[in-house]
Amino acid sequence: MSLDEFISMGGYGFYVWTSYGVTFCVLLANIIIPIAQRKQFFAKALNKQKKSL
Amino acid sequence: MFLIPNAVVRFFHRMASPPHFYAFTDKVMPWLIIIFVLLTGFGLYGGLYLAPSDYQQGDSYRIIYIHVPSAWMSLFIYMVMAISGAIGLVWRIKLAEIVAISSAPIGASFTFIALFTGSLWGKPMWGTWWVWDARLTSELILLFLYLGVIGLYGAIDDKRVASKAVAILALVGVVNIPIIHYSVEWWNTLHQGPTVTKMDKPSIHVSMLIPLLLMALSFKFYYLIALIQRIRIELLQRERNAQWVKAKILELRL
Repeated sequence: MSLDEFISMGGYGFYVWTSYGVTFCVLLANIIIPIAQRKQFFAKALNKQKKSL
Repeated sequence: MFLIPNAVVRFFHRMASPPHFYAFTDKVMPWLIIIFVLLTGFGLYGGLYLAPSDYQQGDSYRIIYIHVPSAWMSLFIYMVMAISGAIGLVWRIKLAEIVAISSAPIGASFTFIALFTGSLWGKPMWGTWWVWDARLTSELILLFLYLGVIGLYGAIDDKRVASKAVAILALVGVVNIPIIHYSVEWWNTLHQGPTVTKMDKPSIHVSMLIPLLLMALSFKFYYLIALIQRIRIELLQRERNAQWVKAKILELRL
């Protein structure tokens, strides 16, 4: 199978790759958001501590 | 109780304690990620490259490798949410409440993915993005149930009260789960019947079935990873005045 054939997915490339792309983005967001929130939580807590000292 | 080994009981007892849970998940996280990456790698290689085209649907059927596992996850996570919500409701275990609410956005995501990829599969195969048939409609209701849980939790300030309300909503919504599962048998529908979970013999070739099962397993591990991340931030926020969180913050300063 050539790369072109693989990407074209027998003419269904748009449907197949959009499905996989959107799935990837949604699943990635579900990991990134809580990690970003945690970083923010610690940053805020550190700031508060510094102010109180 | 005497049927369960003491070590197992002790393990669950410790896990219900937030600082222990936090430390334990720190240790297992790299392993979960390794298993997830391996499963996904082999699953996608098998599904997108090794498996042959479908004799009727050509290559469009390859959407199955994310569509079906996502749909399974949407139901599985809902049951986890309802059961842990019930445990939180009855025994007031904080970690059970947190598992319930932390599952909601992940479950909503999988429900959205199931609907979205189904739509992209339906267009070339059925000629339409959407029909109001039993399977699709009941899955859409599932998405609204998840969003309802998230919205309700956010609307109540006292998180312990919010957890109670959310658990009750989730439990009421459980009636939708068998409806989704049996919808393709109870009603005439465009959606095809089950190919894998048929009791006698799955009507899918083994070269297509193996990648599908690998992806289903990979999504289970993804759920564990995403769930742990959500639980951690929820724990930190709820317990921000607890000694172990203060110690964690202090650790970061040094």
